[in-house]
Amino acid sequence: MLNVTIDGQKLQVKEGTTILEACELVGVEIPTLCHLKHLAPEGSCRMCVVEVEGARDLKVSCATVCGEGMNITTMNEKIHAWRRFIVEMLLADHNIDCFSCSDTGKCKLYQYALDYGIREPRFKVQPRDWQIDDTNRFFDYDPHKCILCRRCVRVCNDRQVNHTLNLSGRGIDTVVGMPFNELFIDSNCVSCGNCVSVCPTGALATKASKNYRSWELAKTRTTCSYCAVGCQMDLLVKKGKVVGVEPADGHSNKGLLCVKGKFAYKFIDHPDRLTTPLIRKDGELQPASWDEALDYVVDNLQKIKTESGPDAIAGFSSSRTTNEDNYTFMKMMRGAIGTNSVDNCARV
Amino acid sequence: MIRTLEDLREFKIQQEERSRQEKADKQAKILVGMGTCGIAAGAQEVYEAICDELRQQGIEDVVVAQTGCIGFCAQEPLAEVILPDRQVLYGHIDAEKARKIVTDHIAGGQVITEWAVNGGSLLPKEQQAEAEIVNVGDVPFFKTQVRIALKNCGVINPESLGEYIARDGYQSLAKVLTEMTPADVIEEVKKSGLRGRGGGGFSTGMKWEFAHKQPPGQKYIVCNADEGDPGAFMDRSILEGDPHSVVEGMAIGAYAIGANKGYVYCRAEYPIAVKRLNLAISQAKEQGLLGENILGTDFSFDLEVRLGAGAFVCGEETALLASIEGERGEPRLRPPYPAVSGLWGKPTIINNVETFANIAPIIRRGSDWFGSIGSENSKGTKVFALAGEINNIGLAEIPMGTTLREVIFDIGGGIPEGKQFKGAQTGGPSGGCIPAEFLDTPIDYDNLAKLGTIMGSGGLIIMAEDTCMVDLARFFLDFTQEESCGKCPPCRVGTTVMLDMLNRIVEGKGEVEDLEKLKELGENIKAASLCGLGQTAPNPVLSTMRYFWEEYEEHVRDKKCRAGVCTALFQYYIIPEKCKRCGICAKVCPVKCISGDRQTPYVIDQELCIKCGACMEACPFDSIIKQ
Repeated sequence: MLNVTIDGQKLQVKEGTTILEACELVGVEIPTLCHLKHLAPEGSCRMCVVEVEGARDLKVSCATVCGEGMNITTMNEKIHAWRRFIVEMLLADHNIDCFSCSDTGKCKLYQYALDYGIREPRFKVQPRDWQIDDTNRFFDYDPHKCILCRRCVRVCNDRQVNHTLNLSGRGIDTVVGMPFNELFIDSNCVSCGNCVSVCPTGALATKASKNYRSWELAKTRTTCSYCAVGCQMDLLVKKGKVVGVEPADGHSNKGLLCVKGKFAYKFIDHPDRLTTPLIRKDGELQPASWDEALDYVVDNLQKIKTESGPDAIAGFSSSRTTNEDNYTFMKMMRGAIGTNSVDNCARV
Repeated sequence: MIRTLEDLREFKIQQEERSRQEKADKQAKILVGMGTCGIAAGAQEVYEAICDELRQQGIEDVVVAQTGCIGFCAQEPLAEVILPDRQVLYGHIDAEKARKIVTDHIAGGQVITEWAVNGGSLLPKEQQAEAEIVNVGDVPFFKTQVRIALKNCGVINPESLGEYIARDGYQSLAKVLTEMTPADVIEEVKKSGLRGRGGGGFSTGMKWEFAHKQPPGQKYIVCNADEGDPGAFMDRSILEGDPHSVVEGMAIGAYAIGANKGYVYCRAEYPIAVKRLNLAISQAKEQGLLGENILGTDFSFDLEVRLGAGAFVCGEETALLASIEGERGEPRLRPPYPAVSGLWGKPTIINNVETFANIAPIIRRGSDWFGSIGSENSKGTKVFALAGEINNIGLAEIPMGTTLREVIFDIGGGIPEGKQFKGAQTGGPSGGCIPAEFLDTPIDYDNLAKLGTIMGSGGLIIMAEDTCMVDLARFFLDFTQEESCGKCPPCRVGTTVMLDMLNRIVEGKGEVEDLEKLKELGENIKAASLCGLGQTAPNPVLSTMRYFWEEYEEHVRDKKCRAGVCTALFQYYIIPEKCKRCGICAKVCPVKCISGDRQTPYVIDQELCIKCGACMEACPFDSIIKQ
């Protein structure tokens, strides 16, 4: 263990802990843009600097590892001026259209501009004529709002390992995109949406996010019901309706989701969704109560078992149910019905 | 195949014997400087003309050979006629002159003094024919130079391993492998005081020590030959003129740190350097000086060339490594430093061409000898590429501690057309400028840093009175802005904002407040950028602001450019009283914006004028002024 001091607070950290992680331990918040848990630190946004006693320059806290006896200051005039400069530079090359931007309220750049006292940007770079890509079914990409933190590129390449997004151009003409300026629809994108989830601004935003503001949302932590991985996620709920999903940092998914978890939530309020059991009567499926339906199933299963033996029955359960339900179902088939013909669809 | 130390000795003796024989058999040798610069100036034609003329005249006892850059670029193409009693260096020759040199000098024994650099060619016209031929080394351009890195450039045929070995080539490698431990080598290099010639000036020996101390395993040694500063060409000249010196230096470095694999990262824009380097590597491999068990020892070392695709930022060591790995050429955060975790995460040493070229001489002649040259904290020599407003454009290798005045006025021959010296830019776009008041400062790492600039890789661009310092700063920033990789916001956006401001200033649209903003931006970009490119990009602006603040003020406050460079800030006028109504100005004007006739004085239509200055140059009566 190493002894470090953060803003006068003494603490012990494990060897290899970064300054940023140590700050988290004592509840000191450091502004970050390019940093993302589970991604290798890149230190490119230059936002998370802190002062280490005895060091010549300020240090990027996301990539600097704590040393024994380090005395760290997380805010002073120099740090404030440095971070302010970074925000000012990012704003100079940003489409400041916060009024109509779907990220308003949760945009990190917006927040830091406020935190570092920037009311009106002093500098402005001539905007480039980038193409806005709205060809993906679930999200849009507007490079004019991109701050090149590269979280999307790194999550796509290093975590999703899909290698769809990359950088092209250099200097002020650097842009995130796909090889040969492809559109999303023509690329190998699998619409996992992880790039959208990690975008700190409104550059990558779900199409649905146009219809709500972050402050209108309630979040409900839940487990994705699509498969047995058990991804943790937050349902974004506006006025009792699910309007979006954000990945949570669960044990099994560590902040990632797939296309189904991220975007396939519309069945919840879909008119075609079944809300009661249906029993076929006179050739037509008709709504029934759960009691009616269960009675119908029990009667028929007993009849078949008596007439033709238990092996005339087979059971097949859904992987969208929980492991516990699947276990109970298997027990019912083997114990109560008496057949080994039971299976589950979880073998994609 | 050279398998042992004995083989190498024998090879050397054979080579020396061969050249002795050559001297005995042949009456003369003609060396043609065939670096990229020479070839661009027409050396290929000169070479062919000499061979052809010799053939036609039936002269067989003359050797014609190519050599690397002789260094005196202003006089290219250059050819040196070497006779037993004297050497004559002819400059500015073409095919026709070459034939005459063969006829008069080789066949007729008559030196053409007026074409000889060590004769009359640099003197005023009337003195040329009577000038005496002096030793080439006594020509002012060469006289105060001390050539260590360039010792073979312009002397040997760069495509001949034999000539390199005859001049003690690979002796240092042999010495290191047979007499020294890696720790001894590092100690020797440390003791020599050699500092990195790529710009940073870090102790080479210490750097090697870091990598040496890493646990044994895969390590790499890399040569940075991605020389990208505008106006810098010393590394190219070394690679073109003496490629084996770099190969040998790298092999010694590899032995010292425990690497078995090396890469030379060379820019693709240097095709001749790449060709000669590849040739040198294959010759060394053929002879067993690279490869498995070199000179019968346990040491194995393989070397490969990798080409850069033209990004300036790939001269930054971590971006260079990313590029070799096949990634986008972008810098990575340090620490970890490459000496600990470099190429593919393995300990890696990166030095530039000139640094490696110094290694073999240090090993052979000892650190004491090397340490005796130069100033207290900057040992040895530095090669400078003299460019800009200077008479003797070329390569000058000078001992550290030489003053700028000596370099510019003694070696460089001063400023053309009697113009006043205004400033010198060192370190290319990452450096700063030194004004006239510091001409007597001895050049070394520390003094240049004190003046707000850097040694850099050795570009030295001379500016005269008619250079606009604001425009100069704008030029360099334009370069770095375009070459920024775009990874961090200070460099990506900051340089663009600064460039926009400077563009406005030179267009006469600047405001007084802009100057403080420029300074503030510059200082912030320097502090906050991720890599060396951004950390130094504002230097040209900050240093010109430091020394030429009044010029900036004039641009924004008075909308004036005293050097008459910023076209938006001056106009050409015809003084009616002085105009003789000859109409020459109207004739030369490319946009026909000057009107007048025999009766009325000529006037310039300022709306249409493109400010080319042709009228002013053409006016025989000096009636046109610029203000």
